[in-house]
Amino acid sequence: MKRFLLAAAFFAVLVLVWEAAYRARIWSPVLLPSPWQVLLYLKTSALDGTLAKATVVTMRRLLIGYFIGLVVGLPLGLLTARWKLFGDTIGTMALGLQTLPSVCWVPLALLWFGQTEAAMLFVVVMGTLWSVIIATETGVRNVPPIYRRAALTMGSKRLHMWFKVILPAALPFIVSGMKQGWAFAWRSLMAAEIFVTILTGFGLGQLLHYGRELSAMEQVIGIMIVIVVIGLLADKIFFSPIERFLHRRWGTSQA
Amino acid sequence: MHLAGRHRSSATEELQVIAPSKLAIENVSKSFRGASGSVLALDQVSLNVAEAEFVCLVGASGCGKTTLLNIIAGLEKPDSGLVLADGKPVTGPGRERLVMFQEPALFPWLDVFGNVLFGLKLKPNLTNRDRHEVAKYYLELVGLSRFEHANIHELSGGMKQRVSLARALAPNPRVLLMDEPFAALDALTREQLYGDIQEIWKARRKTIVFVTHNVREAACLGDRVLLFAPHPGRIHEEFTVNLPRPRDINSVDLAAYATQITRALKSLGQPEAAITG
Repeated sequence: MKRFLLAAAFFAVLVLVWEAAYRARIWSPVLLPSPWQVLLYLKTSALDGTLAKATVVTMRRLLIGYFIGLVVGLPLGLLTARWKLFGDTIGTMALGLQTLPSVCWVPLALLWFGQTEAAMLFVVVMGTLWSVIIATETGVRNVPPIYRRAALTMGSKRLHMWFKVILPAALPFIVSGMKQGWAFAWRSLMAAEIFVTILTGFGLGQLLHYGRELSAMEQVIGIMIVIVVIGLLADKIFFSPIERFLHRRWGTSQA
Repeated sequence: MHLAGRHRSSATEELQVIAPSKLAIENVSKSFRGASGSVLALDQVSLNVAEAEFVCLVGASGCGKTTLLNIIAGLEKPDSGLVLADGKPVTGPGRERLVMFQEPALFPWLDVFGNVLFGLKLKPNLTNRDRHEVAKYYLELVGLSRFEHANIHELSGGMKQRVSLARALAPNPRVLLMDEPFAALDALTREQLYGDIQEIWKARRKTIVFVTHNVREAACLGDRVLLFAPHPGRIHEEFTVNLPRPRDINSVDLAAYATQITRALKSLGQPEAAITG
């Protein structure tokens, strides 16, 4: 409770400073709207449904793309860890492509898929995939051999070994890779939405883009806040519980 | 063996099965390629272990005793020679011969109970309820019933090895292979475990092969103590310990045996071997 109050106080002060800056007219109100105006924009866009619609469009792209990235990345990571051939080929490729900022996929996606949902998905998948492959590979490689040996003597082999020993043992690595993949996917999707208008759906990035075109600064800031909140929620709802479980079980330091 | 295949056994029946193996190791050799060329870890080692016998292998580090244990477990293959368990050649790891390792090999993603249950889940012809019952029995046997749901990292070193012991015992193997299981523990915990292991061995007759570099420990636990010599690894001398059980590690009679074995160990010119208990 005390922690919550402190955090709340911190953000209240932040808003107050913002309001003070607005009132002092240091910058033109066109460039810096008041917190109230931003809130008003969020309220109207929430009521007329634009915000919800855009959020749904964006989240759908993100979740589908992320899911594809996981489903493809996990087995590929296992393959690269298990067989040298895959490690030398797919592993090396993943390592290289992971260093490529995923925004760089946007021009290629546009030329290949045009201004379509497929282009958006492609960018998200490319953001997720390589991190997941590399994290899975690293995780599997870091499983202490003694676990394998112990499991072998107890009669575990093949699929049982992979699902009941190696994957759980690699879980801490895999989760941190999933988290990184999520962050990359989220970033690249926003960049793609800002750059590219897709007629089949307006996402949050597109709202942000039109806010700029129309010089509607309260819209720009409002959408930015929404994007931050979604990122925070994903972390708190999805990743935090998993990480808490890992910390408790493995006895690593509490985050 | 009489349970094979068709018959489904209950937890009570499962716990009544006590069938220690007879081991025969025949002319086993094994070499490793190291940085400084090939090293002969085991040279034509032969050894018979009777049913429910407790055999300790002692020797300096690098004399091949752990290698022999791994070969009996089926985790490593000998270059030549044969390991027979009840007359059948060992071709790979199997739950008839379970290993308790020196390092904690417990799975951190499972709690204490989950670890003990792991091997049982791989054992056919039991219902899940029976498996739970059996796991509970072994946790009680090692005195850790209260810690069923504890996470592995919350346990002390001694408790971890107790869980390892319960996990190795739970699938009811016929042979228990122990690789310096108490080496990393403090003296007090170790002494307690010497008593416990003798009691458990009495309750659940197992054929035990126990590797250690601690001569006193070997004299305290073993029916027989085999002294290994290195370069190449081979059995140098054999001692039969004729003392009543349970044995106290600090007893005078035991010290006499330990002195005798230590003298033989020293004659091998291995100063790095641990002599004290």
